[in-house]
Amino acid sequence: MAPLAPKTGDAVFASIDHVNAELFTLTYGAMVRQLLTDLEEVEEVNKQLDQMYVGYNIGVRLIDEFLAKSNVSRCVDFKETADVIAKVGFKMFLGVTASVTNWDAEGTSFSLVLEDNPLVDFVELPDTFQGLHYCNILSGVIRGALEMVCNVSMKTEVTWVRDMLHGDDAYELRVKLLKQIPEEYPYKDDE
Amino acid sequence: MIGVGKIKHYTNLLEKPLSRGRQEVSLSAFAFLFSELVQYNQTQVDNIAELERRLEDAGYAVGARVLELLCHREKVADSLEKGTEHEDEYMISEKELLVNRFISIPKDMGAFNCGAFVAGIVKGVLDSAGFPAVVTAHFVPMEGQQRPRTTILIKFAEEVLRREARLG
Repeated sequence: MAPLAPKTGDAVFASIDHVNAELFTLTYGAMVRQLLTDLEEVEEVNKQLDQMYVGYNIGVRLIDEFLAKSNVSRCVDFKETADVIAKVGFKMFLGVTASVTNWDAEGTSFSLVLEDNPLVDFVELPDTFQGLHYCNILSGVIRGALEMVCNVSMKTEVTWVRDMLHGDDAYELRVKLLKQIPEEYPYKDDE
Repeated sequence: MIGVGKIKHYTNLLEKPLSRGRQEVSLSAFAFLFSELVQYNQTQVDNIAELERRLEDAGYAVGARVLELLCHREKVADSLEKGTEHEDEYMISEKELLVNRFISIPKDMGAFNCGAFVAGIVKGVLDSAGFPAVVTAHFVPMEGQQRPRTTILIKFAEEVLRREARLG
Protein backbone atom coordinates (compact mmCIF):
# COMPACT_ATOMS: atom_id res chain seq x y z
CA MET A 1 0.00 0.00 0.00
CA ALA A 2 1.42 3.36 -0.91
CA PRO A 3 2.19 5.52 2.10
CA LEU A 4 -0.14 8.47 2.68
CA ALA A 5 1.10 11.66 1.11
CA PRO A 6 2.44 14.10 3.64
CA LYS A 7 -0.02 16.86 4.32
CA THR A 8 0.87 20.49 3.96
CA GLY A 9 0.92 22.60 7.06
CA ASP A 10 -2.26 24.37 6.05
CA ALA A 11 -4.12 21.14 5.50
CA VAL A 12 -3.19 19.78 8.90
CA PHE A 13 -4.02 23.01 10.63
CA ALA A 14 -7.41 23.10 8.97
CA SER A 15 -8.23 19.56 10.03
CA ILE A 16 -7.61 19.85 13.75
CA ASP A 17 -9.49 21.51 16.56
CA HIS A 18 -8.67 25.10 17.30
CA VAL A 19 -8.75 27.30 20.29
CA ASN A 20 -8.87 31.07 20.48
CA ALA A 21 -5.33 32.38 20.01
CA GLU A 22 -5.75 35.06 22.63
CA LEU A 23 -6.56 32.48 25.27
CA PHE A 24 -3.37 30.71 24.34
CA THR A 25 -1.33 33.90 24.41
CA LEU A 26 -2.74 35.00 27.75
CA THR A 27 -2.26 31.59 29.32
CA TYR A 28 1.37 31.62 28.25
CA GLY A 29 1.71 35.10 29.70
CA ALA A 30 0.24 33.91 33.00
CA MET A 31 2.75 31.10 33.07
CA VAL A 32 5.73 33.36 32.43
CA ARG A 33 4.46 35.69 35.13
CA GLN A 34 4.24 32.82 37.63
CA LEU A 35 7.76 31.74 36.80
CA LEU A 36 9.04 35.27 37.24
CA THR A 37 7.33 35.61 40.60
CA ASP A 38 8.61 32.27 41.84
CA LEU A 39 12.10 32.28 40.46
CA GLU A 40 12.81 36.01 40.34
CA GLU A 41 16.03 35.61 38.35
CA VAL A 42 15.59 36.15 34.64
CA GLU A 43 18.20 33.55 33.76
CA GLU A 44 16.44 30.96 35.89
CA VAL A 45 13.19 31.65 34.13
CA ASN A 46 14.87 31.36 30.73
CA LYS A 47 16.22 27.98 31.77
CA GLN A 48 12.91 26.73 33.09
CA LEU A 49 11.05 27.74 29.95
CA ASP A 50 13.55 25.90 27.84
CA GLN A 51 14.18 22.86 29.93
CA MET A 52 12.47 20.29 31.97
CA TYR A 53 9.35 21.88 33.13
CA VAL A 54 8.22 23.53 30.09
CA GLY A 55 9.63 23.58 26.61
CA TYR A 56 11.49 20.31 26.51
CA ASN A 57 8.64 18.38 28.15
CA ILE A 58 6.20 19.67 25.61
CA GLY A 59 8.57 18.92 22.73
CA VAL A 60 8.95 15.25 23.56
CA ARG A 61 5.18 14.75 23.58
CA LEU A 62 4.42 17.04 20.70
CA ILE A 63 6.54 15.07 18.27
CA ASP A 64 4.21 12.05 18.47
CA GLU A 65 1.18 14.07 17.67
CA PHE A 66 3.03 15.86 14.93
CA LEU A 67 4.09 12.66 13.20
CA ALA A 68 0.66 11.12 13.59
CA LYS A 69 -1.30 14.04 12.21
CA SER A 70 0.96 15.18 9.44
CA ASN A 71 1.92 11.88 7.83
CA VAL A 72 5.37 13.20 7.22
CA SER A 73 7.68 10.45 6.10
CA ARG A 74 11.14 10.05 7.46
CA CYS A 75 13.29 13.02 6.65
CA VAL A 76 16.26 12.20 4.50
CA ASP A 77 18.54 14.75 6.03
CA PHE A 78 18.74 17.62 8.43
CA LYS A 79 17.86 20.13 5.75
CA GLU A 80 14.56 18.44 5.12
CA THR A 81 13.93 18.29 8.84
CA ALA A 82 14.41 22.01 9.06
CA ASP A 83 11.89 22.68 6.32
CA VAL A 84 9.35 20.37 7.84
CA ILE A 85 9.62 22.04 11.24
CA ALA A 86 9.17 25.47 9.75
CA LYS A 87 6.42 24.78 7.26
CA VAL A 88 4.39 22.04 8.87
CA GLY A 89 5.27 21.99 12.53
CA PHE A 90 4.88 25.64 13.34
CA LYS A 91 1.79 25.94 11.17
CA MET A 92 0.14 22.96 12.74
CA PHE A 93 0.49 24.08 16.31
CA LEU A 94 0.76 27.81 16.25
CA GLY A 95 -0.96 28.62 12.99
CA VAL A 96 2.03 30.51 11.60
CA THR A 97 4.85 29.51 9.27
CA ALA A 98 8.50 30.08 9.90
CA SER A 99 11.20 30.34 7.25
CA VAL A 100 14.51 28.56 7.17
CA THR A 101 17.62 30.59 6.35
CA ASN A 102 21.33 30.94 6.89
CA TRP A 103 22.50 27.40 6.48
CA ASP A 104 26.11 27.05 7.43
CA ALA A 105 28.70 25.40 5.20
CA GLU A 106 28.44 21.92 6.70
CA GLY A 107 24.68 21.93 6.70
CA THR A 108 24.44 21.34 10.43
CA SER A 109 23.12 24.64 11.56
CA PHE A 110 20.29 26.85 10.36
CA SER A 111 18.10 29.71 11.41
CA LEU A 112 14.37 29.63 11.88
CA VAL A 113 12.81 33.01 11.35
CA LEU A 114 9.37 33.91 12.63
CA GLU A 115 7.71 37.20 11.92
CA ASP A 116 4.42 36.44 13.47
CA ASN A 117 4.36 34.84 16.88
CA PRO A 118 1.15 34.15 18.80
CA LEU A 119 3.01 33.82 22.09
CA VAL A 120 3.85 37.49 22.21
CA ASP A 121 0.67 39.28 21.21
CA PHE A 122 0.17 42.33 23.38
CA VAL A 123 3.41 41.76 25.23
CA GLU A 124 6.12 44.25 25.93
CA LEU A 125 9.09 43.65 28.19
CA PRO A 126 9.63 46.14 30.97
CA ASP A 127 13.21 47.38 31.39
CA THR A 128 13.95 45.22 34.40
CA PHE A 129 13.36 42.08 32.39
CA GLN A 130 15.36 42.80 29.32
CA GLY A 131 17.36 39.61 29.74
CA LEU A 132 14.25 37.47 29.54
CA HIS A 133 13.82 35.30 26.48
CA TYR A 134 10.05 35.38 26.66
CA CYS A 135 9.58 32.73 23.99
CA ASN A 136 12.21 30.38 25.30
CA ILE A 137 9.60 27.70 25.40
CA LEU A 138 10.03 27.42 21.63
CA SER A 139 13.68 26.48 21.89
CA GLY A 140 12.84 23.78 24.41
CA VAL A 141 10.03 22.43 22.28
CA ILE A 142 12.26 22.15 19.21
CA ARG A 143 15.03 20.49 21.18
CA GLY A 144 12.67 18.01 22.81
CA ALA A 145 10.88 17.15 19.60
CA LEU A 146 14.06 16.54 17.63
CA GLU A 147 15.45 14.30 20.31
CA MET A 148 12.41 12.11 20.27
CA VAL A 149 12.00 11.64 16.54
CA CYS A 150 11.74 7.91 16.29
CA ASN A 151 14.22 6.81 13.70
CA VAL A 152 17.01 9.16 14.35
CA SER A 153 17.36 11.12 17.51
CA MET A 154 18.97 14.51 17.00
CA LYS A 155 20.69 16.35 19.79
CA THR A 156 20.57 20.03 19.06
CA GLU A 157 21.45 23.31 20.56
CA VAL A 158 18.94 26.11 20.08
CA THR A 159 19.75 29.72 20.73
CA TRP A 160 18.07 33.07 20.15
CA VAL A 161 19.56 35.39 17.60
CA ARG A 162 16.84 37.97 17.19
CA ASP A 163 13.94 38.75 19.48
CA MET A 164 11.23 41.25 18.63
CA LEU A 165 10.60 41.99 22.28
CA HIS A 166 14.16 43.24 22.44
CA GLY A 167 13.63 45.58 19.54
CA ASP A 168 14.63 43.38 16.61
CA ASP A 169 12.49 43.04 13.53
CA ALA A 170 11.75 39.32 13.78
CA TYR A 171 12.27 36.24 15.91
CA GLU A 172 15.25 34.19 14.87
CA LEU A 173 16.30 30.92 16.43
CA ARG A 174 19.57 29.26 15.58
CA VAL A 175 19.34 25.46 15.55
CA LYS A 176 22.60 23.59 15.57
CA LEU A 177 22.83 19.86 15.17
CA LEU A 178 25.24 18.44 17.71
CA LYS A 179 24.81 14.72 17.27
CA GLN A 180 22.61 12.27 15.42
CA ILE A 181 21.93 9.01 17.17
CA PRO A 182 20.22 6.30 15.15
CA GLU A 183 17.84 4.37 17.30
CA GLU A 184 19.17 1.06 18.51
CA TYR A 185 16.76 -1.78 18.76
CA PRO A 186 16.92 -3.65 22.02
CA TYR A 187 16.99 -7.01 20.28
CA LYS A 188 18.18 -8.35 16.99
CA ASP A 189 15.86 -10.41 14.85
CA ASP A 190 17.90 -13.40 13.89
CA GLU A 191 20.32 -13.94 16.70
CA MET B 1 3.83 44.44 40.40
CA ILE B 2 5.26 42.20 37.76
CA GLY B 3 1.92 41.46 36.13
CA VAL B 4 1.18 45.10 35.50
CA GLY B 5 4.50 45.70 33.83
CA LYS B 6 4.14 42.80 31.48
CA ILE B 7 1.20 43.97 29.45
CA LYS B 8 1.25 47.69 29.98
CA HIS B 9 -0.21 49.45 26.98
CA TYR B 10 2.32 51.79 25.42
CA THR B 11 1.11 53.94 22.58
CA ASN B 12 2.84 51.93 19.88
CA LEU B 13 1.20 48.74 21.08
CA LEU B 14 -2.21 50.37 21.02
CA GLU B 15 -1.67 51.51 17.49
CA LYS B 16 -1.45 47.95 16.23
CA PRO B 17 -4.69 46.79 14.67
CA LEU B 18 -6.64 44.58 17.02
CA SER B 19 -8.15 42.18 14.56
CA ARG B 20 -5.61 40.00 12.84
CA GLY B 21 -5.78 37.28 10.23
CA ARG B 22 -4.75 34.72 12.78
CA GLN B 23 -7.32 34.13 15.48
CA GLU B 24 -6.63 30.59 16.43
CA VAL B 25 -3.96 28.13 17.40
CA SER B 26 -4.27 24.39 17.57
CA LEU B 27 -6.13 22.96 20.52
CA SER B 28 -3.26 20.69 21.30
CA ALA B 29 -0.85 23.61 21.58
CA PHE B 30 -3.11 24.99 24.26
CA ALA B 31 -3.52 21.60 25.91
CA PHE B 32 0.25 21.07 26.09
CA LEU B 33 0.79 24.52 27.51
CA PHE B 34 -1.95 24.14 30.07
CA SER B 35 -0.69 20.76 31.20
CA GLU B 36 2.78 22.20 31.73
CA LEU B 37 1.25 25.04 33.71
CA VAL B 38 -0.48 22.53 35.99
CA GLN B 39 2.56 20.32 36.32
CA TYR B 40 4.83 23.23 37.13
CA ASN B 41 2.47 24.43 39.81
CA GLN B 42 2.28 20.95 41.27
CA THR B 43 5.93 21.22 42.16
CA GLN B 44 5.39 24.49 43.95
CA VAL B 45 2.61 23.46 46.30
CA ASP B 46 1.93 20.90 49.01
CA ASN B 47 -1.73 20.29 48.63
CA ILE B 48 -4.67 20.46 46.27
CA ALA B 49 -6.25 23.59 47.66
CA GLU B 50 -3.08 25.55 47.09
CA LEU B 51 -2.78 24.17 43.57
CA GLU B 52 -6.30 25.28 42.76
CA ARG B 53 -5.58 28.70 44.23
CA ARG B 54 -2.53 29.12 42.04
CA LEU B 55 -4.42 28.08 38.94
CA GLU B 56 -7.18 30.46 39.86
CA ASP B 57 -4.68 33.28 40.23
CA ALA B 58 -3.23 32.50 36.83
CA GLY B 59 -6.71 32.42 35.34
CA TYR B 60 -7.55 35.69 37.03
CA ALA B 61 -4.69 37.40 35.27
CA VAL B 62 -5.99 36.04 31.99
CA GLY B 63 -9.55 37.10 32.68
CA ALA B 64 -8.60 40.63 33.58
CA ARG B 65 -7.16 41.03 30.11
CA VAL B 66 -9.53 38.95 28.12
CA LEU B 67 -12.41 41.29 28.80
CA GLU B 68 -11.13 43.61 26.12
CA LEU B 69 -10.93 40.82 23.62
CA LEU B 70 -14.22 39.22 24.55
CA CYS B 71 -15.86 40.03 21.25
CA HIS B 72 -13.69 37.42 19.53
CA ARG B 73 -15.14 34.54 21.44
CA GLU B 74 -17.54 32.42 19.47
CA LYS B 75 -18.23 29.63 21.84
CA VAL B 76 -21.05 30.07 24.30
CA ALA B 77 -21.23 27.93 27.41
CA ASP B 78 -23.81 25.18 27.58
CA SER B 79 -26.04 26.92 30.05
CA LEU B 80 -26.37 29.81 32.43
CA GLU B 81 -28.64 29.36 35.38
CA LYS B 82 -29.59 31.24 38.42
CA GLY B 83 -29.07 29.45 41.72
CA THR B 84 -32.23 28.60 43.59
CA GLU B 85 -30.94 28.99 47.10
CA HIS B 86 -29.36 32.40 47.09
CA GLU B 87 -30.19 35.58 45.26
CA ASP B 88 -26.61 36.33 44.47
CA GLU B 89 -25.56 33.06 42.87
CA TYR B 90 -25.36 32.18 39.20
CA MET B 91 -24.01 29.09 37.54
CA ILE B 92 -22.43 28.48 34.19
CA SER B 93 -22.14 24.85 33.30
CA GLU B 94 -20.27 23.07 30.63
CA LYS B 95 -20.31 19.42 29.74
CA GLU B 96 -16.66 19.08 28.88
CA LEU B 97 -14.64 22.04 29.93
CA LEU B 98 -11.76 22.72 27.58
CA VAL B 99 -9.14 22.56 30.28
CA ASN B 100 -10.48 19.34 31.71
CA ARG B 101 -10.58 17.51 28.42
CA PHE B 102 -6.98 16.49 28.35
CA ILE B 103 -6.30 16.22 32.01
CA SER B 104 -6.82 13.07 33.99
CA ILE B 105 -6.74 13.33 37.73
CA PRO B 106 -4.63 10.78 39.57
CA LYS B 107 -6.58 9.03 42.34
CA ASP B 108 -4.67 10.64 45.15
CA MET B 109 -5.68 14.07 43.99
CA GLY B 110 -9.34 13.30 44.41
CA ALA B 111 -11.24 16.51 44.34
CA PHE B 112 -8.83 18.62 42.35
CA ASN B 113 -10.40 20.51 39.53
CA CYS B 114 -8.51 22.25 36.75
CA GLY B 115 -11.63 24.27 36.23
CA ALA B 116 -10.05 26.45 38.88
CA PHE B 117 -8.18 28.09 36.04
CA VAL B 118 -11.39 28.91 34.21
CA ALA B 119 -12.99 30.09 37.45
CA GLY B 120 -10.06 32.46 37.75
CA ILE B 121 -10.64 33.76 34.24
CA VAL B 122 -14.31 34.42 34.95
CA LYS B 123 -13.44 36.17 38.19
CA GLY B 124 -10.90 38.32 36.38
CA VAL B 125 -13.42 39.30 33.72
CA LEU B 126 -16.10 40.15 36.26
CA ASP B 127 -13.75 42.11 38.48
CA SER B 128 -12.48 44.19 35.59
CA ALA B 129 -16.03 44.85 34.51
CA GLY B 130 -16.88 46.12 37.96
CA PHE B 131 -18.78 43.10 39.23
CA PRO B 132 -16.69 41.63 42.01
CA ALA B 133 -17.58 38.06 42.84
CA VAL B 134 -16.31 34.87 44.35
CA VAL B 135 -16.02 32.31 41.59
CA THR B 136 -15.41 28.62 42.07
CA ALA B 137 -15.44 25.51 39.91
CA HIS B 138 -17.25 22.32 40.85
CA PHE B 139 -17.70 18.90 39.43
CA VAL B 140 -21.28 17.80 39.21
CA PRO B 141 -21.71 14.09 38.55
CA MET B 142 -24.40 13.40 35.97
CA GLU B 143 -26.59 10.36 35.60
CA GLY B 144 -25.56 8.14 32.76
CA GLN B 145 -22.44 10.11 31.82
CA GLN B 146 -18.91 9.02 32.45
CA ARG B 147 -17.42 12.39 33.10
CA PRO B 148 -19.05 14.89 35.38
CA ARG B 149 -20.14 18.30 34.18
CA THR B 150 -18.16 21.23 35.39
CA THR B 151 -20.06 24.10 36.89
CA ILE B 152 -18.66 27.52 37.52
CA LEU B 153 -20.39 29.03 40.50
CA ILE B 154 -20.50 32.81 40.65
CA LYS B 155 -21.44 34.47 43.88
CA PHE B 156 -21.69 38.20 43.47
CA ALA B 157 -20.49 40.53 46.17
CA GLU B 158 -22.93 42.47 48.29
CA GLU B 159 -22.26 45.75 46.61
CA VAL B 160 -23.21 44.39 43.20
CA LEU B 161 -26.62 43.34 44.44
CA ARG B 162 -27.17 46.61 46.20
CA ARG B 163 -26.28 48.46 43.03
CA GLU B 164 -28.65 46.33 40.98
CA ALA B 165 -31.42 47.00 43.43
CA ARG B 166 -30.80 50.73 43.23
CA LEU B 167 -30.83 50.68 39.44
CA GLY B 168 -34.19 48.93 39.68
